[in-house]
Amino acid sequence: MATDHREAEQPVNTSDSDFQEDVEFVETNCVPGKCNSAVFDTTDELDDLTLNLANGVIQNHRGTITSLIRKRAKRSNTLKDEEADQDLANSIASEEANSIEQSELSSELSEDENVKNGLEDLSLQDTESVPEESPSVTLIPSSSETDYVNSLEWKQQKKHIFILSESGKPIYSRHGSEDKLVTVMGVMQALVSFVQDDKDNLRSIVAGDHTFVFMNRDHLTFVGVTRGRESTQQMLLQLTYMYNQVISVLTHSTLVRTFKQHRNFDLRRPLSGAEKFFDNLLNLMDVEPGLLLTSVRCLPLDSSVRDIVSQTIVQHAKVKDLVFALIIAQNQLVALVRMKRYYLHPMDLHLIINLINASESFKAAESWTPICLPKFDATGFLQAYVSYLDEECQSCLLLLSVDIEAFYTLSECRAKIKERLDRYNALTAIGNSLQRHSYSVQQCSIGDLRHFLYKARSTAQYTSPELGPPYNTPEQQDRLFGLYHFLHDKVHSVSRPLKLLYHVGKYETLLGWVTQGFELYAVFGPLVTKNVAIHAVNKLLRWIKREEDRLFILSSVTF
Amino acid sequence: MKSLEAKVVVLGSQGVGKTSVVIRYVGGMFSKAVSPTIGASFFTYKMTLEQYRVKLQVWDTAGQERFRSMAPMYYRKANAAMLMYDITSLESFYDIKDWVKELKKNVDTPIVLCLLGNKSDLDSGRKVSKEDAEEYAASIDALFYETSALKNMGIEDAFLQVSKNLINLYETVPNSGMGGMLGHAQQAPPDIFSSGMTSGDVAAGGMKLTDGGKDSSRSDGNCPC
Repeated sequence: MATDHREAEQPVNTSDSDFQEDVEFVETNCVPGKCNSAVFDTTDELDDLTLNLANGVIQNHRGTITSLIRKRAKRSNTLKDEEADQDLANSIASEEANSIEQSELSSELSEDENVKNGLEDLSLQDTESVPEESPSVTLIPSSSETDYVNSLEWKQQKKHIFILSESGKPIYSRHGSEDKLVTVMGVMQALVSFVQDDKDNLRSIVAGDHTFVFMNRDHLTFVGVTRGRESTQQMLLQLTYMYNQVISVLTHSTLVRTFKQHRNFDLRRPLSGAEKFFDNLLNLMDVEPGLLLTSVRCLPLDSSVRDIVSQTIVQHAKVKDLVFALIIAQNQLVALVRMKRYYLHPMDLHLIINLINASESFKAAESWTPICLPKFDATGFLQAYVSYLDEECQSCLLLLSVDIEAFYTLSECRAKIKERLDRYNALTAIGNSLQRHSYSVQQCSIGDLRHFLYKARSTAQYTSPELGPPYNTPEQQDRLFGLYHFLHDKVHSVSRPLKLLYHVGKYETLLGWVTQGFELYAVFGPLVTKNVAIHAVNKLLRWIKREEDRLFILSSVTF
Repeated sequence: MKSLEAKVVVLGSQGVGKTSVVIRYVGGMFSKAVSPTIGASFFTYKMTLEQYRVKLQVWDTAGQERFRSMAPMYYRKANAAMLMYDITSLESFYDIKDWVKELKKNVDTPIVLCLLGNKSDLDSGRKVSKEDAEEYAASIDALFYETSALKNMGIEDAFLQVSKNLINLYETVPNSGMGGMLGHAQQAPPDIFSSGMTSGDVAAGGMKLTDGGKDSSRSDGNCPC
């Protein structure tokens, strides 16, 4: 079935894609969702990625938490706090040391075997370029799990993601159990190290309709295999999200230290229980444009209601050491309050959303959990107080603090916040907004416009209507998302970035438009002409402008 | 009527049923699809017992290895620890010994211990005999119950007895930061706990007594042990 889309998407008649002369049509002064004070940390990951790739350097944000803790210690000015922190830090360190010692049991022997197998594999299939279809996999004794990774179904999965250690140890596989994929991962590691031997980096392999993308970071190798429409660059972004998820669980410091001490470390142990976060994140990436656009979707809400919500948080969660306070409802941001001078990056917010989205456990009770936000500070944990505010578990309150002892204080804050929000009917308003399902594209009353994504660059937020017909089946939604990947890739192409792209496909006409202020991706019916499309997007921009108070968070609220 | 507030921490390996037992006790229900705990969850339970209004603050900790290093945060200030294993998993029972070792090393305030063998409904798959567990519980001076969150067996009793012991502990040692009823059995816990915590800190984390609105007679005085 999937192959059908591919063919269907071959452009029937691609008209001139880059047409400067038409830019005059476009009113560039209208930038909906623009704001003067930054709401989020808006460094664009794609730019970062390109830059990092060029330099071969990955920057990690570090030290923020330490400085916040130091500030706190200074403020309280008692040895007690610092010592308690120190004590806990010590106990955590010793705990980690213990766990590392224990896992030394994992033998070097099996490691060598892996690599050997892998290499054999490689030589076996010298002529075939697709390691997945390695014939030697059949040598593994059969069990249902092994059968699966050897099955046609496994091979036909649209997207595979693998994480392995530098020494080729399997850590994660999206489809199939990772320990049944030792051989395949061995091959991948062999390929990577073969190229590295020449002081070079393996970035991607294109084999038939599959693209293999490799990313090495901090002793880990991330491999993405897709036959969808994601470009290499977009796959890299997805792998970066996976890397961030690893960091979010372990912190960058622990990851590096662990592998420094034991190259052969089996990372699956400290990551156990986190698999569902990887799975969920990958599923989210397949349906949620916010990750592709590194931007945040806000729950459409009257600005007066949103103001009440954020002011309530400001008033009742004014606690020392609280860095971020946010409310999330069904993967959408309702409100965000931050400490002065500290910003939340959309990529970090996506990890937070993933955390909430992937676990039912928060619905049972108030929770207190460490979380590392790689863009904020990759070296340490923030403590997250997590609690739903309503019976139906729709609005989730998160309070992120650097104080590990703050739970009871934050729990009191939550009680006050909930009481006020109930009194002002704000929770009902949030519930109503969720029930109304955002907005339909018909509400913009622009003929032939089927769907669009609009990202306001200065606020790192995006908006899009709900998916209506013809995109009401998973297959069609998948196809639409593929179109957006295609369009996004074309306008962000590293070699030839475009400002404007008009593309006529078999089933729809696409318009992509990037300016300083925004990115717009619009999908029209197939018969739309260039002029009509341009006029339509101008009209659309005006519509978004009218609605911007409701669709975006335009002013940043601080404690 | 006096009221008593005590912190209870639930510890044990992944998947032994800590959350199920707590939800059964606090929420009175059983769900087959309990999701693994992330970090730690906080529950409160109120009851009236022997002239006391008892409020239990229950910390249901995550069993996953990655959260292991967070545990001190919860047990350090606990007045009672529920140590839970799964009767069908020998390994989970052995893990209890590590927990006990860790508690003895790091907690120098009196703490009520209670060993819980959960999933007692799965008797056919039993790997840990009741006798062994009883014997072990006696050796660490812990209460012992076999429980089943599914069949709601033993849980009520366990928490009730823990609460009784907490009251007892409170009455024998009104300033709860001190060794009392557990002191003799644990042979005066070694003072390895070098956190530099002051007695004020211990008292703040300890049980709080509010006696009919008046301030309690609790003193933050010196610790004799």
